[in-house]
Amino acid sequence: MRDHDVQPSVLTRRRVLGGMGVASLALMSAPASAQETVDLHVPGGPGTRMITTSYPQKGRMILQRSSPPWLETPFDVFDKGVFTPNDQHYVSWHWANFPGDIDVDSFRLTVRGQVNQTLSLSLKDILQGLPRIDIAAVNQCAGNSRIYAVPRVAGAQWADGSMSNAIWTGVRLKDVLDRAGVKAGGIQVRFGGLDEPVMAGAPKFLKSLTIDHARDGEVMIAFAMNGEQLPLLNGFPLRLVVPGWCGVYWVKMLNDIEVLDQPDANYWTATGYRVPDTPHNSVKPGETGFKMVPVTRNAPRSFITNIRDGDGVPVGTPASARGIAFGGDCGVARVDLSIDGGKSWQPTRLGADQGTYGFRQWQTQFTLPASGAHTLMVRCTNTRNEAQPDFRIWNPAGYLYNTIETTHVVAA
Amino acid sequence: MLRAVMPMVAALGLVLLPHLGQAATITTLKSLKLDVPTSDAMFPAGPGSDAINNNCLACHSADHVLNQPSLSRKAWQEVVNKMITAYKAPVSPDDAKAIVDYLVRTKGTS
Repeated sequence: MRDHDVQPSVLTRRRVLGGMGVASLALMSAPASAQETVDLHVPGGPGTRMITTSYPQKGRMILQRSSPPWLETPFDVFDKGVFTPNDQHYVSWHWANFPGDIDVDSFRLTVRGQVNQTLSLSLKDILQGLPRIDIAAVNQCAGNSRIYAVPRVAGAQWADGSMSNAIWTGVRLKDVLDRAGVKAGGIQVRFGGLDEPVMAGAPKFLKSLTIDHARDGEVMIAFAMNGEQLPLLNGFPLRLVVPGWCGVYWVKMLNDIEVLDQPDANYWTATGYRVPDTPHNSVKPGETGFKMVPVTRNAPRSFITNIRDGDGVPVGTPASARGIAFGGDCGVARVDLSIDGGKSWQPTRLGADQGTYGFRQWQTQFTLPASGAHTLMVRCTNTRNEAQPDFRIWNPAGYLYNTIETTHVVAA
Repeated sequence: MLRAVMPMVAALGLVLLPHLGQAATITTLKSLKLDVPTSDAMFPAGPGSDAINNNCLACHSADHVLNQPSLSRKAWQEVVNKMITAYKAPVSPDDAKAIVDYLVRTKGTS
């Protein structure tokens, strides 16, 4: 857990860039005003970020990048419940060109490629013409916690808040594919949204899944989160939900599904989002000679949410610890707490199971035996008996970090 | 309604099982017409700031760069190369050099 100091602020609302050039950018001036900030406490570069409330349908968010928006969920949100409020669900876009104006009557989702019948589905077709399902699932960016990489690496400098949990409501991708009729040669399914690159020739953001994964009955086309339509910045009106897999696959503003008869060669599937094919995808800085593979599934993680780094804890009396955990691409089997820097571990009580792929609350009591500095650690073991590692995961792009979290406290 | 309930539930130390049937009641979506903020901030003035302002801000705001850690010349060169080769930023060789120099000067290591 990291200490997030908060001070008082304001940002100004601006029209969407929409491919504006630098000349017009220069015409808009930035008004300075008292700004609430958060200190993410990292060495080797700026740790202070503004808190913004300026984005539509969004509450207090950590401003990681103005455009295209990277908005991080403030960590205190995770102590309030297992489902992240929609207005604090994190936001991440690759390209700045996406519409702010979406008409639900004219919107169409196309299903094409290696199918018997090309489909052009209206939102009415999807909401009223197909069976619907609900799935609780954590949407986590592959680069969550990248800011804590040692040594630091380039990329979105997320702290621990590029993850959010919701109950997603939508239709099975399988049902949509079945309606189109996948031909025998279909091996992958590629997904695209309404976002477009700014520069001509730049790769449109697309991601693909194998046909078997696409038809597993869990991958869904979601039209609601937590009982409400999706916020624009989280992919209104439709987004792909790939339970257990990294958020990069959860294509927002989904309007194009293409069944492919050969492996997807586009940049985002064939080149981007790569990790070393090593245990825990970890290597030593400077190490070479390993194979790179795509990021896919989430790994187990757990966090203490009610105690922050540097907090004081009463000595010799029971104190409460609580937090959240998720198993990655399967459920949580157990969460253990250590109060002695990982030498010994005690089990915690798990809250209700509200979905295999969602956050699960845990809580326990602990007693620090002596005054002075102590190191709390929390470790999730998932239902495949995979536990978070105790060594510091590192890879060149800062993906899939799931090292056991450490919280330093002082007993007095 | 769900949002309003959760903080209270957390405060009580209880775990809420959301009413799954609730989500299934959505039958129509409402059109959206929203303004998404952006930033007009420029890079701090200095040698190479024209090159980085002119080449980089069309695709992303300056805070994308300003929030990055301090990196080696090699790492900054790789970042600029990626913008040009993978993301097709139309940057001239002279400007690319000026941008890398700017980044090393303002956000370099050692």
